[in-house]
Amino acid sequence: MTDAPQKATGPSEGWCRLHPLTPIARIGRLVPAFVLLLLVSTVHSKAENGTAETDYLIAFTLISAVYGYIHWVVTRWRFEGDTLRIESGLLRKDSRRLPLGRIQAVDIVRPFLARLLGVSELRIRLAGSGGTDGKLAYLSEAQAAELRLVLLAGHVDITAATSSNTGLPMASVDTARLLASVFLSLVTIIVVGTVSALIILDQFEPRTAAGATAFLAVYLLSAAGVIWRRLSGQYAFIAVEAPEGVRIQRGLLQTISETVPYGRIQAVRQVEPLLWRPFGWCRLEVDVAGATGRNQRGEGTSVVRKALLPVGSQQDSWHLLARLLGGPDPERTAPPGRARFKAPLSFHFLSAGHDATHAVCVTGRINRATTWVPLEKSQSIRRVQGPLQRPLGLATVHVDVAGKRARAEFRDRAIDEADQLVAELTALSRAARSGSGREAPMAMLDAAPSGWYPDPAGRHEQRYWHEGRWTGHVANSGRRSADAPTPSP
Amino acid sequence: MRRAEVTVLSILLAALSGLLFWAAGGPWPGIIAAVVVLALGVLFAWFLRRRFGAWRYQERDEDLLVARGVMVQRLSVVPYGRMQFVEVTAGPIERLFQLSTVKLHTAAAASDARIPGLERAEAARLRDRLTELGESMAAGI
Repeated sequence: MTDAPQKATGPSEGWCRLHPLTPIARIGRLVPAFVLLLLVSTVHSKAENGTAETDYLIAFTLISAVYGYIHWVVTRWRFEGDTLRIESGLLRKDSRRLPLGRIQAVDIVRPFLARLLGVSELRIRLAGSGGTDGKLAYLSEAQAAELRLVLLAGHVDITAATSSNTGLPMASVDTARLLASVFLSLVTIIVVGTVSALIILDQFEPRTAAGATAFLAVYLLSAAGVIWRRLSGQYAFIAVEAPEGVRIQRGLLQTISETVPYGRIQAVRQVEPLLWRPFGWCRLEVDVAGATGRNQRGEGTSVVRKALLPVGSQQDSWHLLARLLGGPDPERTAPPGRARFKAPLSFHFLSAGHDATHAVCVTGRINRATTWVPLEKSQSIRRVQGPLQRPLGLATVHVDVAGKRARAEFRDRAIDEADQLVAELTALSRAARSGSGREAPMAMLDAAPSGWYPDPAGRHEQRYWHEGRWTGHVANSGRRSADAPTPSP
Repeated sequence: MRRAEVTVLSILLAALSGLLFWAAGGPWPGIIAAVVVLALGVLFAWFLRRRFGAWRYQERDEDLLVARGVMVQRLSVVPYGRMQFVEVTAGPIERLFQLSTVKLHTAAAASDARIPGLERAEAARLRDRLTELGESMAAGI
């Protein structure tokens, strides 16, 4: 238990370097570019006698190797008190200080070549920004795992950090199902259809077929890329329960380990595409908020949509949902029958409902999507009535959450019901916001920011305050250690 | 909320396009074009009048109500605590009439709380009040 914080103070005396194999692993990033170059050069060398391209290629590799080496030499990191400092760059110096208290998530990414070499990349995300804030590429696998624990130890409870490798698996996707699900997606069907049409066309009109192929090649290739990314990105998908959220591991060539924190989930969507429905499969997506900064534009809040379950049975999905929503599913009701005239296709599925904490709605015909929105996260509530809806006495009520696309829609409700819904949802979300308690772990951003504060127990100089409660992390003149947590004030 | 400016703008546009057609194809096409465009402009102005007539807002204890629209009627309820920032803009024509637009930004892109054509003093008052309320009730994401 005292392991992690001591390690945190361990390296603070000196600078640490990245793994010596870093330059080689970095070349791996350029492999796609190399392949492209190679392709171009072989095509060219057919036309002319072009050995020059291969020379260029070798020179390019050498240059990038040298660059990688320089990068390795000038990059170093160390702990300075409560911050992780990363310095890099030879010409353009880049020095970052990442306050440990604001670390939101630490992802481990292992690209293919890095995996062969046994190194991995650490991506650190801070609260209050969307993208990656700190990057350590590459560290040895053991070191990366250890550093991750150390970084999270300041953030999450120590039990969380130590139990991180032994969480309960919540869901996994086996390869056969993943393959089938990708095959049954729209993109694949379009690609297969187009290719077979081209082949048939080739039998009768070879010249037209050749022209069409040349025209469609780019689209086909990019579509194939999408399919490939889906396959390789979601390969060997495992979701593990962790105290701070759901931890996801996935990837074929490049493995990614990331965490979806419960408190940042803006919306949960269960999508059932038409083609998957005979098998009872569905996909579970969550919208996770990144930034909280008041940027120049309102869109500054980046919301990322993540697959929590790329494909799974209803049972898997319900299991995960129950964990995410933490309550019974709100009862849903269908819109009045006259809504059939406005939405003839999707009427069959339309339904929505809410309880004190969540709103849920079902929309869509081909991709049937069920969306859950925690009312606590609602940004605004809108009632919209279009020209088609007015004669029918219908209106749609939206519950907007952060992000561009995320919302729950109570589609085509009777007008007086809609008015009532607006009032009810407004009141409920207000209650949810204020009641989400200054101490509930969900409302981390509402409470005092996590960080080091004077120890209320008086036993140590400082104690770590995290998400509305005191943790077992204490510090005395910069040295960290562990102590029994004191009860919340 | 007065929006006479739109009418003025469309009349100006109509006259301009009439003159253009006049220059291009003699007096008769020019007159016809001017009349047609003027009619369209009047129609458009009437639409806009209705639209701006339907635009209303209400400051409640904890949220701001903005309703608008004639064809598509929308009603937004935005809690002050969810406000990211308030934006006050005034375009050149709006400036001519001493008006400005107040827009509330939340983290959701769809929130859609915009109040155009406010008197400048009223816009400033609303901005200050919203900022103040937003700060006292800030709720994060």
